[in-house]
Amino acid sequence: MAARDYYSRGQNIVYNRPVLVVFAVIGVFLVFDIFRQLGTGTITATDLVSYLWNGLVLGMSLGLAGVGLSMTYSILNFANFAHGDLITSGAFAGWATAFLIAGLGDFSVEALVLIGGPIAVGSNELGINVVNTPLALLAGLLVAAVLTAALSLLLDRIVFKPMRSADGVTLMIASVGVALFLRNFLTFSFLTDSRGLTGGNVPQFTLGGVTFGGHQITLVLVAALLMLATHVLLQYTKIGTAMRAMAANKDLAKVTGIPTERVVKLTWGIGGGLTGCAGFLIALQQGTLTVTMGWDLLLLVFAAVILGGVGSIYGAMVGGVILGIASRLALVWIPASFLLAAAFVLMIVMLLVRPSGLFSGRTTA
Amino acid sequence: MSTGSIQARAEGWLGNNDVRLLIALALAIGGLYALFSVVLGFQLNGTVNTLRRVAFLSAIYAMLALALNLQWGYAGLFNLGAAGFMAIGVYTMGILTAPVTASPPGFGLPLPVAILGAILVTGLIGGLAALPAIRLRADYLAIVTVAFSEIVRLTLRAPEFANTRIAGVAFGTGGATGLSLPSNPIRILFYTDPAATAPAPNALGAAIFSAVEPLGIEETLVIGWAYVVVLCLCLGLLYWLMVRIGKSPFGRVLKSIREDQQVTQALGKDTRLFKIKTFALGCALMGLIAILWRLSGGYASPRMFKPIQTFYIFIALFIGGTGSPTGSIVGGALFASLLFEGPSFIRRVVAESLQLSNAPDTLVAAIVELGSGDVIPLLAYSVQDVSISALRLMLLGIVLVYLMQRHPDGLLGHRKAIASSVDLSQRETREDDYE
Repeated sequence: MAARDYYSRGQNIVYNRPVLVVFAVIGVFLVFDIFRQLGTGTITATDLVSYLWNGLVLGMSLGLAGVGLSMTYSILNFANFAHGDLITSGAFAGWATAFLIAGLGDFSVEALVLIGGPIAVGSNELGINVVNTPLALLAGLLVAAVLTAALSLLLDRIVFKPMRSADGVTLMIASVGVALFLRNFLTFSFLTDSRGLTGGNVPQFTLGGVTFGGHQITLVLVAALLMLATHVLLQYTKIGTAMRAMAANKDLAKVTGIPTERVVKLTWGIGGGLTGCAGFLIALQQGTLTVTMGWDLLLLVFAAVILGGVGSIYGAMVGGVILGIASRLALVWIPASFLLAAAFVLMIVMLLVRPSGLFSGRTTA
Repeated sequence: MSTGSIQARAEGWLGNNDVRLLIALALAIGGLYALFSVVLGFQLNGTVNTLRRVAFLSAIYAMLALALNLQWGYAGLFNLGAAGFMAIGVYTMGILTAPVTASPPGFGLPLPVAILGAILVTGLIGGLAALPAIRLRADYLAIVTVAFSEIVRLTLRAPEFANTRIAGVAFGTGGATGLSLPSNPIRILFYTDPAATAPAPNALGAAIFSAVEPLGIEETLVIGWAYVVVLCLCLGLLYWLMVRIGKSPFGRVLKSIREDQQVTQALGKDTRLFKIKTFALGCALMGLIAILWRLSGGYASPRMFKPIQTFYIFIALFIGGTGSPTGSIVGGALFASLLFEGPSFIRRVVAESLQLSNAPDTLVAAIVELGSGDVIPLLAYSVQDVSISALRLMLLGIVLVYLMQRHPDGLLGHRKAIASSVDLSQRETREDDYE
């Protein structure tokens, strides 16, 4: 009987979701192909582990950056195109602080804070890395979180609060304007294209031919810690419960007596803080800072959020890690210049096959 | 006569006739630029060239806004991938016309055939992209289309396709360095052999060139203006087409989809098919307009088709107001002349009229000097290359937020083409019927 049940259920899936089945078959085929290539020696186990590790690092960056986006998407119901530039703002604020603390006394404040521009201090002169200057980095992380949260609240007050009743598309277009403003305000103030950040000997471990960078490990650990903290906040605090209630049904939350406007502010604050941390850590791992770093990441972050299911915080985390690993593993088959395009294709396929994402229907839980 | 009645008369004169409105706008913008140029004593050639640039970009953005208006203003399809379809149009044309012997090689077809081919390819890809995409919510559609345009750009940039051979046919996109396009076809009017490096003018060319030479106006400028005239004719044609589509049964269905898709379906219309057709038509038009845009430069590169290009068109559309063809043209002209070209013109005006010292190294230094009452260092800092383009984009951001907050329907949004054939809001209300 049970076997027949499974059979009919399988038949149902094949008939009702043919596209899903096709993609599942392709997925299984690709997994087998990895083993085949391992067997024939086209790729080595070292290659594979290094793809997985780099994928995990990218995935944790995307996941952490995606949590804030997913929060605003679920509670305010719009795709925030300014999110990428919030990431950049966090990185600039945090790194200005880290430079200031690491180099105060040896260089002028102006030269340290203005990370770019003609008078800025070179990264090698300061030698910032996780072993040499842990305190400067910690302070940078905190400032990145606080300032990005403050910036998010300010933007909400000026731009989004007067349009609370507007529809998602109008808010989305306004957020494109915010993105343009923020990015070019940074360009105007810092006059920079790209800037080296870290220096000195960055510690790293090599295990069986695979290199694990010290800053990569820092990013993965701190991001995991922050995600855990977000989980605790959402599940076990009153604020978290209120946020989840609001994401599920705004009107119902309001009649239950939840101060919705305060929850919206908290969402911007918490989401902004996490986003700032993500920006700081991504810049640390990359070792460089550019004005377009967040904007370049934005579509990938969207992809991660959509993959996991819009509005689901865990979806953003898991979606980020899956997307990161998948896009690095894709190197087995496709040249590096198509990695980004492959990630976007994955996102489009996800939106078409299962628009609610992997964690469908679980808003902010 | 009181100012109030002048204003009322001006509004009556302009408000009733869209053509008059557009001509008045063009004269106002051109007059503004010309006035500043004359007052500041710019050279005639430079002034005429500035006007040409403004007119060229206004026409291009007006046409792009019209095409986008067909998708967003009429059918409610939020296409954030305009830049990608523009790139497909330009690159198809470029690859089809490139000589077989060139590097990267092409197909060596004549330009009109290539343009026709590019329109077909862009429309086809637009239609195919629409097949799955139109099922999506507006915000998902936006993300999918912007991702699509990035996929197009990354593919065109990829070294793998820069100079490739597929099924025995050699062609290429030129990769990150870009692709040479055929020279401006308008040159045929003025030269006997337009393809030559130093072509000899024909009878018309010789007559015009010698007529304007005493004024210090160069040959390239005459050609540029001739091209602008052709573009304005294209714009007029496209405007006529849009008005016709808007009034046709097809256009009425589109507008009813925008208002309420379910009602339209209930009336027996296949809304899916209408949306796919509109999307394909809009994309094909964007491809064509992009070809007109790039033909004047003779060169295309993936850098020109970043998402910001799409946002430019949306800003133009939103300034004018969605849903009204006249609004699209007004928006395109205002965007190109004031927001896009304005800042660099202002920069020239500032640089000419004030004796600017060397710019301070940092914004902090400029602000410190401002604190001591000296505005000049901050101005000098602001008119540097990097900072003026950043300021321009900051301004665009502010305009976009302002429009969304205050005028989500744009300047002429109140004239949004209505869905029904009679204006229901104008209907006489007869309250006595209910008593």
